[in-house]
Amino acid sequence: MSTHAVDIHAHDDGHGHHHKETFVTKYIFSQDHKMIAKQYLITGTLMGIIGVMMSLMFRIQIAWPEEPNILFEALLGKWAPGGVMDADIYLALVTIHGTIMVFFVLTAGLSGTFSNLLIPYQIGARDMASGFINMLSYWIFFVSCVLMLISLFLEAGPAAAGWTIYPPLSALPMAQGGSGMGMTLWLISMAIFIAQSLLGSLNYIVTVINMRTKGMSMTRLPLTVWAFFVTAIIGVVSFPVLLSAALLLIMDRSFGTSFFLSDIFIQGEVLHYQGGSPVLFEHLFWFLGHPEVYIVILPAMGIVSEIMATNSRKPIFGYRAMVASILAIAFLSTIVWGHHMFVSGMNPFLGSVFTFTTLLIAIPSAVKAFNWITTIWKGNLQMNPAMLFAIGFVSTFITGGLTGIIVGDSALDINVHDTYFVIAHFHLVMGISAIYGMFAGIYHWYPKMFGRMMNKNLGYIHFWITAISAYGVFFPMHFIGMAGLPRRYYTNSAFPLFDDLTDVNIVITVFALIGGAIQLVYLYNFFVSIFYGKKATQNPWRATTLEWTTPVKHIHGNWPGEIPHVYRWAYDYSKPGHDVDFVPQNVPLKEGEEELQH
Amino acid sequence: MTALFIIIIVLFAAVAIWQMVKIFDLAQVRTETINNGIATDYDNKINGYLMLAFLAFIYIITIISFVYWGDLPLMSNAASEHGAEVDNLMLISMIVIFTVQIITQFLLHYFAFKYRGEKGKKALYFADHNTLEAVWTIIPVIVLAGLIIYGLFTWNSIMNIDEDADPMVVELYAQQFAWTARYAGQDNVLGMANVRLIDIDKANVLGIDEADPNAEDDIIVKELHLPVGKPVLFEIRSQDVLHSAYMPHFRAQMNCVPGMITKFAFTPTLTTKEMRETPEMIAKVENINNIRAEKSKELMAKGEEELDPYEFHFLLLCNKICGKSHYNMQMNIIVETQEEFDAWIAEQKTFKESLK
Repeated sequence: MSTHAVDIHAHDDGHGHHHKETFVTKYIFSQDHKMIAKQYLITGTLMGIIGVMMSLMFRIQIAWPEEPNILFEALLGKWAPGGVMDADIYLALVTIHGTIMVFFVLTAGLSGTFSNLLIPYQIGARDMASGFINMLSYWIFFVSCVLMLISLFLEAGPAAAGWTIYPPLSALPMAQGGSGMGMTLWLISMAIFIAQSLLGSLNYIVTVINMRTKGMSMTRLPLTVWAFFVTAIIGVVSFPVLLSAALLLIMDRSFGTSFFLSDIFIQGEVLHYQGGSPVLFEHLFWFLGHPEVYIVILPAMGIVSEIMATNSRKPIFGYRAMVASILAIAFLSTIVWGHHMFVSGMNPFLGSVFTFTTLLIAIPSAVKAFNWITTIWKGNLQMNPAMLFAIGFVSTFITGGLTGIIVGDSALDINVHDTYFVIAHFHLVMGISAIYGMFAGIYHWYPKMFGRMMNKNLGYIHFWITAISAYGVFFPMHFIGMAGLPRRYYTNSAFPLFDDLTDVNIVITVFALIGGAIQLVYLYNFFVSIFYGKKATQNPWRATTLEWTTPVKHIHGNWPGEIPHVYRWAYDYSKPGHDVDFVPQNVPLKEGEEELQH
Repeated sequence: MTALFIIIIVLFAAVAIWQMVKIFDLAQVRTETINNGIATDYDNKINGYLMLAFLAFIYIITIISFVYWGDLPLMSNAASEHGAEVDNLMLISMIVIFTVQIITQFLLHYFAFKYRGEKGKKALYFADHNTLEAVWTIIPVIVLAGLIIYGLFTWNSIMNIDEDADPMVVELYAQQFAWTARYAGQDNVLGMANVRLIDIDKANVLGIDEADPNAEDDIIVKELHLPVGKPVLFEIRSQDVLHSAYMPHFRAQMNCVPGMITKFAFTPTLTTKEMRETPEMIAKVENINNIRAEKSKELMAKGEEELDPYEFHFLLLCNKICGKSHYNMQMNIIVETQEEFDAWIAEQKTFKESLK
């Protein structure tokens, strides 16, 4: 496929287009990595709006339980009779919120957007290894989104068993309304989603391995590409396991097998299931589920490393250690899944093993955090919105990551498992952080994607208010978690014990509403700047990587002439002996100049 | 109504922000720094100071949280033997976390302030330093090694059930959305059970094997009583979906898995009465009752019934999503002296007596 792309440009030198482009091939069934990246981003954004709206709705319910609200009446219809949210739809909202945010926004929206955009650009390739498979993976993703959204409109409601869909709750329609057609659609949507993820990941891996331009050795790859590459590998290793879990669950649900079910008596009758175990499902689910959080966070880490170096006008500190820690995290991420299951009834000895591997993962994470901090030390920091989000990322990653020491420790997990403490932990470390990484990437590469700049001042306001509300929401949440409040409770009013948590919950919800509202500023900025933003220059951030050597206007094959060759690593910022404070990767070494040994 | 009110406030705030941006934009045209999306020295300065302010915000929210909500966490007053150990480990982990948090957040935000960009300034070309990196690899290794070892010892002592201590065997039985407890009776052996043996007509709701002689003296109850100071071994079952038996005051939790029996053991150290009399609990209950009194006033004004005053009870909660009424699946636990317990259990019907 690559030769095909190269051929076009050999014939016509990149001027004009060899084959006619219609609206459909350019904007809809496009095989161009830049357009596919934009499609992923916009689809991810729309899913994100839905996911965040859901979280605001259930936050309002938690803060003011069972109070009528016209918002609910308008949005939920029959699920909020008289404006009072129904308990079933509450569980459905938390379930679909989790699913959408983890998979559709932070996996497809983040990794899909930036892997597609940056891998060919930064390694110096005309396009992905297979443009067709790339197009296919986006459209499969689109179908999966549509199915998930259709499930919201079902008579019995969408899936409501939590985003982890543990059977038997998810397997038995009589256990819960959402476990009927809603769960069927969830499983089909997710199976399709996994197919797109695998196609995308294989494409990324092949592209990075085969299509680097001359001189782009693996040790000269920008950290973004390293992160996307390793993320794709984790995806290929772990997503198929979730697919098998989903398929086995479909069989249990529809064909009467007993993989996950045994000895069940529900609504007055004994079911025929015998010999299966829900714990097996938990193992299969978390074999993907835990690597999944690294699938979400590694691309954000790559983006942040890149943006921090560029805006600090300084090389990333400890490039080798950064790559090594990405690899270490990736490896460890596949052997820690059991820390979600300390109290699942599995053998306590396994719990010990998983505690050990889990706490090990703190070491590469700590190395990364310290390296980021050292990167900004004695820099010349350009406080662009992207840079603010990158710094914000490190801040929330530290705050959220540290509590991992508690939830990852089996003895302590006994008491905080499935409480709000866990919610606070993972939202900070993989939710907020990954979203920050995504925002940083959007602000930074917006000129590359749309040829225009986003409004900087709106970006500042977006960052600061988001940063304050993120801490405002998730910091107090640790305390209600440590007070023993379980997650996924429709209301806490059934327990007078938790009455003293009412105020905290109101504070959290108010911050959540502010944080949600401020995203409107971002959306306005994003969509309006596409048409009215200031025209971008070719390399607005004065960065070293190859994507900034391409013309502002997108062309097929990325570079009009030859693909640039690479002579140095991606982080020659403020290098002594140069007049400018950045030396792009395609500039040959001067006579006597040494390339840094890394 | 309050929610609607807040939404309106948020909307107004959004409008205000939009106006502020307009003002910023206009002001910048005047100073000839056109908003081309790239930070100027002025932006670097403002955002540098905001970074310092944000550092202060992080510290302040930490302090405020501790002042106002620091008494909420279950960090002291564990009512079980292993609970004290868990709390101790928690405390040590917390100290480590807060030390690291305070230092790293300071470095990050202070550097962001200190090294904010200025025209003409050049950054230091500093790409690698093996000693530094070795230092911050080895220090976490040592700290974590300590925490892991302490954690694993604690975990093993909690999870390895000491059969020699002759624990009292109690079954916890979960179903949508209620708990049932079954005592093993005189012989301290639970009768065999399987949900396939459930016979509602005969009031055999737990599916106990009627032919099993061990089952005859089993005692089925809806309120869990435990003698203080005696180890108790819970054998946990579920009849339908996953549940989780969560007893936060005892630092105890174990999932209830249909098709298998899970186990958890602990020794209660405080009776319900003693727990109620601890200063922390007195303060907590008083606070809760003030809140309930306020709520009652509101309810009365609306013509609804007022809330009962709250009295502390140890609780068994469901902590694994299990369906519509997951939020209200609870059972009271009463810890009492051996004599009180003996008197109570003597009044209960055995399984054999309760069969219809």
